[in-house]
Amino acid sequence: MPAPLVSVGLISAAVLGYQLLLMRLFSIVYWHHFAYMMISLALLGYGVSGTVVALWRERLSRHFPVAFVINAALFGLAQVAAFQVAQRVPFNALEILWDARQPLFLLLLYGLLFVPFFFAGNCICLSFVCCNAATHRLYGADLLGAAGGCLLVMALLFLLPPLSALRVIAALGLLAAAVGAWRLRLGPRLAAVLLALALALPFALPAPVGTPVPNEYKSLSRTLQIGGARVLEERSSPLGLLTVVESPRVPFRHAPGLSLNAAGEPPAQLGVFTDGEGFAALTRFDGDFGKLAYLDMMTSALPYHLLKAPHVLVLGAGSGADVLQALSHEARRVEAIELNAQMVDLVRDRHAGFAGDVYRRPGVQVHVAEARGFVAASQERYDLIQVALLDAFGASSAGLYGLSESYLYTVEALQDYLRHLRPGGLLSITRWVSLPPRDALKLFGTAVVALEHEGVAQPGNRLALVRGWQTVTLLVRNGEFGAEDVARIRAFSDARSFDIEWAPGIAAWETNRFNRLDQPWFHEGATALLGEGRAQFIERYKFNIAPATDDRPYFFNFFRWRTFPEILALKGRGGLPLLELGYPVLVATLGQALLASTLLILLPLRLGRAQPPAVPRTRVFAYFAALGFGFMFIEIAFIQKFTLLLPHPLYAVAVVLCAFLLFAGLGSRYSERLQGGVWRPVLAILPLAASYLLLLPWLLRFAVALPDALKIPLAVVLIAPLAFCMGMPFPRGLAALASHSPSAVPWAYGINACTSVIGAVLATLLAIHLGFSGVIVLAAALYGLAAMAFPNHGGGAVSTITRSGKSDNRSGRNGSGQA
Amino acid sequence: MTYFAGFILLAGAMLLGAPGSSCADAADRHAVPRARLVREIAAMAAQDQAETGKPSISPRVMEALARVPRHKFVPVEHEQRAYENRPLPIGYGQTISQPYVVALMTDLLQLKPGDRVLEIGTGSGYQAAMLAELTEAVFTIEIIEPLARRAEAMLKNQGYGKVQVKVADGYYGWPEHAPFDAIVVTAAASHVPPPLIQQLKPGGRMVIPLGSAFMTQQLMLVEKDGQGRVLTREILPVSFVPLTGKH
Repeated sequence: MPAPLVSVGLISAAVLGYQLLLMRLFSIVYWHHFAYMMISLALLGYGVSGTVVALWRERLSRHFPVAFVINAALFGLAQVAAFQVAQRVPFNALEILWDARQPLFLLLLYGLLFVPFFFAGNCICLSFVCCNAATHRLYGADLLGAAGGCLLVMALLFLLPPLSALRVIAALGLLAAAVGAWRLRLGPRLAAVLLALALALPFALPAPVGTPVPNEYKSLSRTLQIGGARVLEERSSPLGLLTVVESPRVPFRHAPGLSLNAAGEPPAQLGVFTDGEGFAALTRFDGDFGKLAYLDMMTSALPYHLLKAPHVLVLGAGSGADVLQALSHEARRVEAIELNAQMVDLVRDRHAGFAGDVYRRPGVQVHVAEARGFVAASQERYDLIQVALLDAFGASSAGLYGLSESYLYTVEALQDYLRHLRPGGLLSITRWVSLPPRDALKLFGTAVVALEHEGVAQPGNRLALVRGWQTVTLLVRNGEFGAEDVARIRAFSDARSFDIEWAPGIAAWETNRFNRLDQPWFHEGATALLGEGRAQFIERYKFNIAPATDDRPYFFNFFRWRTFPEILALKGRGGLPLLELGYPVLVATLGQALLASTLLILLPLRLGRAQPPAVPRTRVFAYFAALGFGFMFIEIAFIQKFTLLLPHPLYAVAVVLCAFLLFAGLGSRYSERLQGGVWRPVLAILPLAASYLLLLPWLLRFAVALPDALKIPLAVVLIAPLAFCMGMPFPRGLAALASHSPSAVPWAYGINACTSVIGAVLATLLAIHLGFSGVIVLAAALYGLAAMAFPNHGGGAVSTITRSGKSDNRSGRNGSGQA
Repeated sequence: MTYFAGFILLAGAMLLGAPGSSCADAADRHAVPRARLVREIAAMAAQDQAETGKPSISPRVMEALARVPRHKFVPVEHEQRAYENRPLPIGYGQTISQPYVVALMTDLLQLKPGDRVLEIGTGSGYQAAMLAELTEAVFTIEIIEPLARRAEAMLKNQGYGKVQVKVADGYYGWPEHAPFDAIVVTAAASHVPPPLIQQLKPGGRMVIPLGSAFMTQQLMLVEKDGQGRVLTREILPVSFVPLTGKH
C-alpha cells in the first residue's frame, strides 16, 4: 500500500492550524481558559480514533483508501460545521457555578469540536496501521506538516479575519482528501472532484461574517448595548482581535481609580477592546494639557510628584493613556513599549488626529516589542519605568496559554527594571485593588525579594505603596526615600484621598484612613512581608502571594487548595468572586481528560477481540505514555523558556513549535536507519536536557542583548539537536510493535494521543508547582522510562539496546502549543 | 444572643412573607420559595453576625425582601429560579444580583421613610422595588431603553408606580431631584462620577458594587460627612479573613 505522505502532512497542518484557530476564535467568544479547556478535550478525538481503529482494525484496513479519503473529506467539512454549530450552543462560562445546565452545554461543545479531530485522527492512525513499512516517513510527514500548519496559521491570522482563515484551513482538509484519492488510486475523477471542492470551499459558503460573536457578558457586547455605540473598525492578528468602538451618547470616560476628589470629566475617548475584553481608552488630545488634569488624579501619577522632567519608559503603552500622563507631567522623554503593532498603528496612524499625534510628539518614541526583553536588551537608564495596568496582554490575549504566564511581574523582571534605573529613579507598578489583597501584596513581596537579590539591606526604605479606592501603585526607588520624598507622597495622597499603605517611617495609624477596610490588610501585609516572618506570613495567607519567578511565572495565580472549600461554602453570601477560576478550570480540564483517556485506553482491551500483543501490555502502555508526556513537557517548557529570549511571544510559539516539529520530523525520518532500541536517542536527550537546564538561564541572559536577527537562528540551533532526538522514539516503537503485534498499533497510537493531550495540561499544572525546570527534569525521567520499556519482542529492558526495531514519538501534533 | 436575634428575624420574615404575598397575587405559588429564600438569607446574615460581630441586616430590609416579588422582575424563562440565592441574566448582557448581595447593599444605605434615593442602572427594576419598599422617593436611571421600559412597566404593575424611571446617561445624576440621601450605582463605571458625589447630601451614603456580571467582588460605600468630606469604606460581601490560624 503506498503511504499517503503528502496527505498526512496536509492533514497535520490543518489540524494544528485548526487548533490554533479555534483557540483564537473561542478566546473571542468566551474567555481564554475556557477556550483552552474545550480544545484540550476536543483533541481527545485523536485518542478516540485510536480506540475505534483498534476495535474495527481489520474491516477498516480492508478498505483503507476509501476510509482514508472519506475521513479526510469529513475532516475538512466538519471543521467549519463544528464551529458554526458550536456558536449556537448557549454556553455561558460565567454561570458555570450557578447553573446546572452549563456543564451540559460545555459537554456538548466538547462533543462538537471533537468531531473534526476524530476524523483527522482516523486518517493518521489508519495510515500507521496500513502502511507500517513507512512508519518513520509517515510520522515525519505528520510532524513536518504540523510545523507548516503552525507557520501557515500565523500568517493567515495576520492576513485574514479568523473566520475566513477557518475556511482556508478547512479547505486544506479537503485538499488532503483530493491528494489522498489520487495517491491511493481511487481514480482521477474523484480526486478532481475533491480538489474542486477544496478550491471552492472558501468561497462557496455564505459570506463569512467578519468575526465571531462574543459572549453577551463580555465588555464589548455590553458596551454595544448602549444606544449610539458602534464599532468603527476591527483589526485581527494572532495577538488578538482589536475592536475600536465609539459611544457618543454615553462617553466612555475611562479613568480607572480616579480620585473621588477629582472634579472634571475626561475628554472624549474611543474604546479599544481586545478579544471583546481588556478595554483600553484612546483619549482625544488637542494639545491642551489642562483637559488631561484627571490623569493627575490617579494613583499612577504619584511618581511624577517625586521626579523632575523625567526620562520615562512605559511598559505596555496600549492606547496611550500612560504616555499622555507622562507628557502632561512634563516628562523630558518618553519611550513606550507595546506588544501589538496593530494597537500602535491605531494610535499613531489611523486615529492620529483624534489622539493628537501623541505617539509622534517630540520626545516620544514607541517600540513594538515585548516589554521584558526590551528592558533586558536596553542600554539606557531611566528616571521612571512605568508598568501600565494592562494585564499580561501578550500572554493572555494571545490565548495561547491556559493560565497566563507573565514575565512582567517576576522577581527577575523587577531586578531587570531596577538595574535600568538612574540613581534616584523610580519603578512604578499599578495594579487593581482586589480584596482581600492579592496582586498588591504579591507584588510588594516580589519587590522585597528583588531588592534583597540586588544586595539591598533595608528594602523597606526603598518602597512605597499607595492605595486608592480601585487601584494601588507600588514605587521602588533606586536609592532610599528621603524625608522630603515621603512628605511629597503624603501631600499627593492626602490631596486625592489615597491611603499610604507603606512608606519609610509611616505609622500604622496613618494608613487605612480614606478608603477604609475592616482591617488594615495592606499595611499589615506590607509590614509582614518586610519582616522576619515573611515566609510564615505567605504560608498562612489564604491566597498564593509567593513571588513569581521566571521559572514559575504565574503572577496571576492566587489559588490555594486550602481556601477552596471555605470559599465554596460562602457561595450564598456572595463569596464566589474570591475564587480564582484559572487554576480550578485547569484542574477540571485535567480531570476530565484523565477520565476520558482512561476509558479510551481501556475500552479496546475490554471489547477488542484481537490477540494480545507479543509484549506485555503494560510495557506498551508505559512506552507510549512516557513519550506522550515527555515530548509535551519538553516542548511546552521550551516555549516558555524561549519567550524570554525572542523579541515577541508570537515568535516564541512559532519559532519554538516549528523548530520542534520540524527537527522531530527529520529525526523520525532519520531513525529508520538507526539500529537497536531507543537508548541512543534517549542517551542524547538526557544530557542535552540537563545541560540546557543548567546553561539556559545564563545563555538567555547573554543572548538577550543580541540583535533580533540572530536570536531566532540561535533558538533554532539550540532546539534542533534535542528535537531531532525526540523525533525518534515514537516511530521506532510503533514500527517495532507493527513487526510483531500489528493489532496493538492503533491502541499504542491512542495511548500516545491521549497522553499528549493530558501532558500539555499537566505541564502547566506542574510548572505552577515545580517550575519549568522541574517539568524538564520530569520529562528526562520519562524518556529514561521509555527507553527501558521499549516494546520489542523477546527482549527485556536490557536487550532492547541490541535489537533493532523502529520507533519514536508522535505527540508533536498535540504539542501545538495549546498549553 | 445572636442566634436568638436571628430567630426573631426569621420568624418575622416568615410572618411577613405570608400576608405580603396575598396582596400581589392571591394564589402566589412563589410565596413559599420566597419565604424560604428570606429565611436562608436571614440565617446567613445571622451566621455572619456571629462570626464577625458586625450588625445584621436590618429587619426593614428583610421585610422588603419578603415582599418584593423577585419572580416578576426576571425574564419569564428564569421565573422558576427567581428565589434561588443566585444572580440571574436579564438580557442585554445585564444581570440581577444575588439576593443576598441586594439585601446587603440595600442595608448599607440605611434608608429611612421619606429619604430621597437615586439609583443608576435600573436593570430589572428589582433593586428599585426594594428601595420603594423602604422610602417614598425613588428615582432610577437606565441607559438601555428596552430595559428601562420593561422595568418601568413592571414596577407600575406591581404597585411601585411612584418610582420614577428615566432613560438617560447616569453620569450626571438627576439634578432636578437632587440632593439625595442615598445613591446606588449598579452600572459599571471606571470611576465615581463627580456629579453624583455633588448630588449626595451631607451625611448621605452611596453604594457601588464593584465586579463583573454574576460577580460582585466588593461593595464600596461612599459617605459624605457633615462638612462635605468624602470617605469610602470597602466591604466584602462575605466575612472572610485572609490569614489562617492565630499569631
